[in-house]
Amino acid sequence: MTAEATALSGPRFPVARLRGPLILLLVILASYAVIAFGAGEQAPAQFINAVTIGALYALIALGYTMVYGIIELINFAHGEIFMCGSFVSWSVITTMGITGAITDIPRLVIVLVVVFLISMLVMGVVGVIIERFAYRRLRNAPRLAPLITAIGVSFILQNIISVGISNSVVTIPQLIPNTKLDFGVFSISVINVFVIALALALMVALHLFITQTRLGTAMRSTAMDREAAQLMGVNINTTIAITFFIGSALAGAAGVVQGLYIGVTVFNIGFNYGLKAFTAAVLGGIGNTTGAVLGGFVIGFLEVISQVYGYANWSEAVVFGALVAVLIFRPTGILGQQLADRA
Amino acid sequence: MTAEAALGTTTATSAADAAAGSGTGMILSARAVTKRFGGLVAVRAVDFEIPRGSIVSLIGPNGAGKTTFFNIIAGLTEPTEGVIEFQEATIVARPVRAWAEPILWFALPAVTAVIAALALLAGISAVADVLVGLTAVVLVGSLLIAVIRPRWYLNLLPRFGIFRSARPNDIVTFGIGRTFQNIRLFANMTSLENVLVGMHSRMHATLPDAALRLRRHRDEERTSRVKAREWLAYVGLKGRDDIAARNLPYGDQRRLEIARALASEPKLLLLDEPTAGMNPVETTQMTALIGKIRTELGITILLIEHDMRVVMGVSDRVTVLDHGEKIAEGTPEVVRADPKVIEAYLGAPTA
Amino acid sequence: MTATSTVPPRRPSPIGRIRAFFGGHQSLAIIAGAAVVLLVLPQIALLPPFSGFGTQKDWVGGFSNAGVFVLLAVGLNVVVGLAGLLDLGYAAFFAIGAYTYAYGASPFLNLHIPFWIMLIVGAAVAAAFGILLGAPTLRLRGDYLAIVTLGFGEIVPVVILNANNYTNGTNGITGLAQPSAYGLFGVDGFGFSNPWPYFVTVVGIVMVTMILLYRLQDSRLGRAWVAIREDELAAASMGINTVTTKLLAFSIGATTSGLAGVFYASKLGVVTPDQFGFTVSFTALAMVVLGGMGNTLGVAAGAFVIYEIQSTGLKQLGQVVQSLHLPVVALGPIKVDIGSINFINYQYLLYGLALVGMMLLRPEGLFPSRRRRQELHEDTDEVAEFKSAETLEAIDR
Repeated sequence: MTAEATALSGPRFPVARLRGPLILLLVILASYAVIAFGAGEQAPAQFINAVTIGALYALIALGYTMVYGIIELINFAHGEIFMCGSFVSWSVITTMGITGAITDIPRLVIVLVVVFLISMLVMGVVGVIIERFAYRRLRNAPRLAPLITAIGVSFILQNIISVGISNSVVTIPQLIPNTKLDFGVFSISVINVFVIALALALMVALHLFITQTRLGTAMRSTAMDREAAQLMGVNINTTIAITFFIGSALAGAAGVVQGLYIGVTVFNIGFNYGLKAFTAAVLGGIGNTTGAVLGGFVIGFLEVISQVYGYANWSEAVVFGALVAVLIFRPTGILGQQLADRA
Repeated sequence: MTAEAALGTTTATSAADAAAGSGTGMILSARAVTKRFGGLVAVRAVDFEIPRGSIVSLIGPNGAGKTTFFNIIAGLTEPTEGVIEFQEATIVARPVRAWAEPILWFALPAVTAVIAALALLAGISAVADVLVGLTAVVLVGSLLIAVIRPRWYLNLLPRFGIFRSARPNDIVTFGIGRTFQNIRLFANMTSLENVLVGMHSRMHATLPDAALRLRRHRDEERTSRVKAREWLAYVGLKGRDDIAARNLPYGDQRRLEIARALASEPKLLLLDEPTAGMNPVETTQMTALIGKIRTELGITILLIEHDMRVVMGVSDRVTVLDHGEKIAEGTPEVVRADPKVIEAYLGAPTA
Repeated sequence: MTATSTVPPRRPSPIGRIRAFFGGHQSLAIIAGAAVVLLVLPQIALLPPFSGFGTQKDWVGGFSNAGVFVLLAVGLNVVVGLAGLLDLGYAAFFAIGAYTYAYGASPFLNLHIPFWIMLIVGAAVAAAFGILLGAPTLRLRGDYLAIVTLGFGEIVPVVILNANNYTNGTNGITGLAQPSAYGLFGVDGFGFSNPWPYFVTVVGIVMVTMILLYRLQDSRLGRAWVAIREDELAAASMGINTVTTKLLAFSIGATTSGLAGVFYASKLGVVTPDQFGFTVSFTALAMVVLGGMGNTLGVAAGAFVIYEIQSTGLKQLGQVVQSLHLPVVALGPIKVDIGSINFINYQYLLYGLALVGMMLLRPEGLFPSRRRRQELHEDTDEVAEFKSAETLEAIDR
């Protein structure tokens, strides 16, 4: 209602619609300034690092925000889905016999496609299975039940990986060679370019899907009013399943990125990443996909800024502190809630 | 003719009430109350008064702002404009100087922080350390006070010209009770337990009393249960103490809500559509109960109702809202014949 | 108007009568239970097959550790089960209690305050932190509340880990003093080799705590907690100060956790930040949920059972399965050698499965309170005329 009012009476420039990207731009500029102040020469490299990490968090945060938007459940197991995605990519890479970067570009492309497709598909299916068997029956139960179930599922996943594959750090061969592109003032690695470009592409694809396709509209309507959507002929179960599939697939993609960019994974990174990604989702406005992206980058910047200023150990506390602050002072997040009215 | 007289008990508030006297005879007066939700004006500049001991009905088409008005009186929403006085004390109003509150909270910590900084600059690090610690403690304390808002803090605010509306639980303590349009009983608690919760604000045994099972606690629990049963019997639910509220038939649930509201010993009772969904027999019984509450217990009643038989049958006065504005007020007969009222309900006559 | 029953009343069986008596006199029931635990449990440890798993001393030591978790579970039950506030960071108060004892009774600050006094001090400090950490959560709804408390539960160990000057960081604080009975019952300092004094102490603490908690549950405050859980808005509209009521829930829960922390620290002799992570919060939550939220006794029993399974049961199960010599199973990169399964590694898997299974099949837990079972099965049509043993007779407890 207020958006309407502003559109009718406000300036010609569509400020309201572009709020998200504008804030993102602001955040980027401010963060660069802060990083530059603390890191000096290293600033460009750290900045690029922050953007990449932010993209990673954003990919995971999207899954959280989509699921919360549609069934109001904080899917605790989502972080573990990301973790499993990284292990799936490790699995595929080692099964294919690859041990290091691939310099032959056609081959690289094929391998990347295969790894991403398999990881995203597998994790998407796992997400759907989890929803079907653990969450579906509890859709109308008091909030505590699905939350506890989600925690249970997260432990199950962690344990399967820790006992089935390894309970210590696993190295993932980094497929993309670390060629630097030199732009004089700064140099950026191909890996960064790829990750950021891919993440952006996936986010744009998701946005288009949600806004332009029938299924996307079904998802949005289910999120706003499940009963009404049902009455309009939307198949709720399928819609929710698709939401989980997409969210989990994105987390799977994030898992591959973890291997590409950071090169290691452990069975228990899901908890930490999950919490940070959830913070990102809440920060941006839970239920709002643009917000999840914004939040992801903000958290990425916060983390790198803590490291740059020498407070790496405290980065967790900083991020959680940000979460608490947001929930207390602006629970709807930076971009507010795009979806239904919570009475 | 008070609740206390009927039940043979006394509470701390009754003495104060007796002393307050009747003043202008208005137990509640609302002046220029307005409520805006973004662009939507739900209640527009409503003036409203309720004479002590009367039964007043608030009617109007759906969406007229009646329940919003109730919620404002009950403290669930703050009005955008206007003032509501209950027994000559302002209980609800647009926040005044709300911005000044944070200044209050941070004033003391700011002072200690400045002194700490001065000490640091002067090089007296030991004192500075202590002061930094003190600042942290005072800051935390202030924030806690901001969150908990104890009574002494709320009484302090007017001295700084700050006004914040009373919270719902305080409004109950002042003496206003209410029921809800869509019954909001504690579904999994028994009738008796629901009424006991209603008595919460009138019970005074403390935590240590309860933990150590001191006499004060035991006696209060015993008498409370007796009183609660009496309230249940009063509304016609005798013997249904142990039934879970969600298992009661609809009519009994409405009665239970009233018993729960009565248990807080209100001076003013707000009933939101008490006869909604009832058949004629139940409606007649409910109307009789409402009358009984006013006559026997001396409680003033404000009623939101759609059933005109109830409105006409029991009200001393009727006020009509439409689209958030008061369009008519007076005795039931006067209002019934008012063309504006007819138009609001039935629409304008076609030319 | 009265609904008179046409079914003739049943004569209560002897067991029913005992139940009614103890139901009506909770304090006596708890004291009796404590006596049973003290006298009978150690004897059971001497019987096979339990005697095969360890000496009586080992068992009694294990019971003391179980007691810590019983305390944690019972305290968390107040927050989660009674007030309905989903606290996922409960270990924070456990840590605070433990570190308070470390400050008060070790060479670190060179203070040597007696254990019994530290119990009170630790409880008070934890209570204060309960208010502190609970205050920001007051306006948050269920899920968000859970996440914020989870956040606090993470922040506290991180702070302890990094604030080296104040907490000695990863190395923790060592040399914690042991309690002393000052010659009562012939016992002086407790000593690491003798588990009995610790056992008696923890049973005592649990007993007193449970009695106090039951009494609070059956009071104005307990009803306020249930009302807030049912419908917070209606509760506020009936005169309940939701702010203070919720803070009291946090605070009282934190106090119990603090007591557990003090005892745990005194028994272990050392505190380090890694002892207080999410696994502790999660274990306590699992115990509350599986035991039967809202039912103090059920939660205590559940906590004890789960702890014993976790500490002894899984190891024994592993040995049993090992003796069966089962084959190896391979699923792609995941190889599972069933024969040599170390069940301890799987405990979180089992926890997870147990929790998921519980939520799907019996969300009210193993020993739920009648009210909770009713709440969670709202689609059933049983007319729940449950007797007010939980309410009426409570006056005399």
